[in-house]
Amino acid sequence: MDDIDRSIINNLQGGFPICDHPYAVVAEQLGIDEADLHNRLQQMLEKKQLSRFGPMYHAERLGGGLSLCAMRVPEADFERVTEQVNAFPEVAHNYARDHEFSMWFVLGTETPERVEETCQEIEKATGYKVYNMPKKQEFFVGLKFEV
Amino acid sequence: MVLSEQDCQLIAAIQGGLPLVRHPYAEVGKQIGWSEDQVVTRIGEMQQSGIIKRFGVIVRHHELGYTANAMVVWNVPDQRLDVVGEALAEQACVTLCYQRVRRLPEWPYNLFSMIHGRSQGRVTAQVEQLVDELELGDLPHEILFSGQRFKQRGARYQ
Repeated sequence: MDDIDRSIINNLQGGFPICDHPYAVVAEQLGIDEADLHNRLQQMLEKKQLSRFGPMYHAERLGGGLSLCAMRVPEADFERVTEQVNAFPEVAHNYARDHEFSMWFVLGTETPERVEETCQEIEKATGYKVYNMPKKQEFFVGLKFEV
Repeated sequence: MVLSEQDCQLIAAIQGGLPLVRHPYAEVGKQIGWSEDQVVTRIGEMQQSGIIKRFGVIVRHHELGYTANAMVVWNVPDQRLDVVGEALAEQACVTLCYQRVRRLPEWPYNLFSMIHGRSQGRVTAQVEQLVDELELGDLPHEILFSGQRFKQRGARYQ
């Protein structure tokens, strides 16, 4: 990763132009040509430094449900429960955390009601209580992730 | 903003990423039977209405060397919540900040802030500094570091 890659990440977390040839516009701002920008994005995607290049949707405004959930899973049972939880297509990502509340996952569902239903289905499948912690308010942090 | 069935097709067509070609919106249009202009106009409207929060690179912190991903949770009295939430969100190291539902009695925390750092030690030091500078010493809080990441993909729609 060189300075231009860093500049792409730092400057392109939002505000990608919506016009006929948007990559050309961005490439010019960065002082590189369009093919170079394509290559660099492609490489960062292949190296999995980027998960994608495109839109981030506001799930609730799309009519879907979104929530953060946690479970208290003992280490001995962690692998089994992880497999069961990840098998649900509604589970967007799942992190182990160093805490009694050891498993944390995000649910993204097609309807708001599906969040609670999915929690119940996960409880039934795993035998552990799911603590559903929906968002009440978001504080704006801006786009400031820098490399 | 009311979404039509065609809008849903557009949303599905670009959710995995925009094609890396000279006329990406024309390419997307081909897939769903729209002109380039129609795609450009509609994506612009979706941004304006907030359905699209942002449009650009979606990074994977871990692969970029930010391996210590900490969720710092706080128990904040309701009357102080807005002030504390806004103050935390302003800090350079805080990448997400949400108020969430408490799950009493087991889970008393209602403010969640995400900090990505290059090591656990540095994140812990940053949290100590925040507590000091923002005078949060009286608020119960915990740092939950991530262990293994088992699954990461964007939420999928349609």
